[in-house]
Amino acid sequence: MMKGISLGGIYLDNNATTMVDPAVVECMLPYFTEQFGNPSSMHAFGNKVGHAIKQARKQVQQLLGAEHDSEIIFTSCGTESDSTAIISALKAQPERNEIITTVVEHPAVLSLCENLEKDGYKVHYLKVDEKGRLDLDEYRKLLSDKVAVVSVMWANNESGTLFPVVEMAELANAAGIMFHTDAVQAVGKIPMDLKNTKIDMLSLSGHKLHAPKGIGVLYLRRGVRFRPLLRGGHQERGRRAGTENTASIVALGKAAEMAQEHLAYENTQVAALRDRLEQGIMNVVPHAFVTGDPSNRLPNTCNIAFEFVEGEAILMLLNKQGIAASSGSACTSGSLEPSHVMRAMGIPYTAAHGSIRLSLSRYNTLEEVENVIAAVPPIIAQLRKLSPYWGENGPVTEPEKMFAPAYA
Amino acid sequence: MWDYSETVKEHFYNPRNAGAVENANATGDVGSLSCGDALRLTLKVNPETEVIEDAGFQTFGCGSAIASSSALTEIIKGMTLEEALKVSNQDIADYLEGLPPEKMHCSVMGREALQAAVANYRGEEWCDDHEEGALVCKCFAVDAVLIEETIRANQLKTVEDVANYTKAGGGCASCHEGIEEILAKVLAESGETFDPHAVPLAAMDTTPQTLVAGTKGLTNLQRIKRIERVIDSIRPQLQMDRGDAELVDVIGDTVYLKMTGACSGCQMAAMTLSGIQQRITEDLGQFIRVLPETELKKLQAGG
Repeated sequence: MMKGISLGGIYLDNNATTMVDPAVVECMLPYFTEQFGNPSSMHAFGNKVGHAIKQARKQVQQLLGAEHDSEIIFTSCGTESDSTAIISALKAQPERNEIITTVVEHPAVLSLCENLEKDGYKVHYLKVDEKGRLDLDEYRKLLSDKVAVVSVMWANNESGTLFPVVEMAELANAAGIMFHTDAVQAVGKIPMDLKNTKIDMLSLSGHKLHAPKGIGVLYLRRGVRFRPLLRGGHQERGRRAGTENTASIVALGKAAEMAQEHLAYENTQVAALRDRLEQGIMNVVPHAFVTGDPSNRLPNTCNIAFEFVEGEAILMLLNKQGIAASSGSACTSGSLEPSHVMRAMGIPYTAAHGSIRLSLSRYNTLEEVENVIAAVPPIIAQLRKLSPYWGENGPVTEPEKMFAPAYA
Repeated sequence: MWDYSETVKEHFYNPRNAGAVENANATGDVGSLSCGDALRLTLKVNPETEVIEDAGFQTFGCGSAIASSSALTEIIKGMTLEEALKVSNQDIADYLEGLPPEKMHCSVMGREALQAAVANYRGEEWCDDHEEGALVCKCFAVDAVLIEETIRANQLKTVEDVANYTKAGGGCASCHEGIEEILAKVLAESGETFDPHAVPLAAMDTTPQTLVAGTKGLTNLQRIKRIERVIDSIRPQLQMDRGDAELVDVIGDTVYLKMTGACSGCQMAAMTLSGIQQRITEDLGQFIRVLPETELKKLQAGG
């Protein structure tokens, strides 16, 4: 299924962003032209738009398994949803000044928390083990009546590793603490039934599930105390002011509906393609390993660390062959440190700089996967040949000693 | 995706002189696995003429690190060691038709490998106190370590000071929050707090007393001659470090210098420039901005 959509290359970077489904584009287009009205207006131009938004809200509600459609608040992106949730929890509970999160969160949460520390909040960063897993005992010990909110991602964007957020939300709830999850990578890839969980707030981002960029959702459980980030008009029942991004809201509704239809496909076919891709590469390339927790991860993601080569160089050579992926290397971001996720898992520098994330979608095909399996090994071999850490047939013994720079 | 020039891509896809040179008599290693880039340069130097007859590189690093290594070997083959030592990191970047600011360190690494290899050939100890921090100012490629050191060395207090001494923050101004954070951190070391309304040093330098004793009444020619005199008085120090500086132009309150030899492309060039700037400012009793010649070229190209 879903074949025949030519992207002019092989796109394996779906955790970065996804193609907007043509059916989604089609259903959003009228809302730029004939249905351009403001849903708040008291005339026919706005009336239809209001109905369309209502339908979209229901479609998102369905995908999340939320109890009420009014629990869905449309925002501009995942980052806005994250900021809104965390800052709201702090503002609503001024007597609590601690936050619990993890060291491997997306910058949307991590950078915000680091900034809140400057304002005097205490942030606890849960560590992860070598497979990217949390220690729930460490978590339990931190739960206290000083904690305003726990914010833990559902799935990691780099390794795909899933966190036990449903269980963690139960624990937070029992301790009287609000629980937020950044589920930007998880929504549409794994089934959710929020009404039967204790998750209070959840962030999602449209462009990760074949809707356009610039649209997100904050799920806010009914009854959870809330303070809006943007105040102004009465849109979203006064919880997120600003004229609705109607076309994108309609698009997200359609994309949510399609994601739900393909949930089984995602977890069988897409997962099978991912497994084939991973095994195909691992069978041939020596000195490489899968990062994260392969037994508990998103169906579409694999992250392979190639030792003694640098990620950006791999990406450039892949790109030359029309293959799109991403890397946790420092060079791709312009920073000096490789990915904080790889470092948190204790991946040695020899491999962290060479970690490559391959993230699939329902549009990828077996043929594409086979092409990538064929393309990767020669690229790694070519770069290793250039590397001072690589000898004739393998890594030099004791690379740190053999390569003795005047400074390090 | 980085905005790499066609030449960078070409040298990355088809690197020249990859691999170690056989019978090499000079080796220079720089970088490390933890930094994410490491380069080994091997040279075959003719002992009679000191001409580099062959050069090869082995690089662990990103696209621009490999391209910079490739470019370096192409540039220096056939040069004498003396000539090769004059190759600056800017020369490597120019050869590649430019590098993104975040990637300029790749060309610096190439130049350092060359210095290390020449030191190895001559049996000298090569060491570099080069330390690199996270990139703060993207317009002028200034990193956190350089900003910190410059703040400490010159007791800077304001964002404007930092821009005057390092150029960081002198462009789009997006990094001012980051610079304020660094200022707050460094000032805290001496028990001070960062005050966003503090008077910049430059403004203080132009207090009436110093101005009266300074440039008042000087003709433009006299002023340029005084600037030249200050530079001449600094040159011997630079020459001791195998570098030099030459006055290129004076436009308004901005002096353009050409840094040559060991000074050009040196990580400390910006520090040297800020030192010269301070001396000229003190001598004239008027704030003078000292910029490298390349800025003049940019100005002319832009205008």
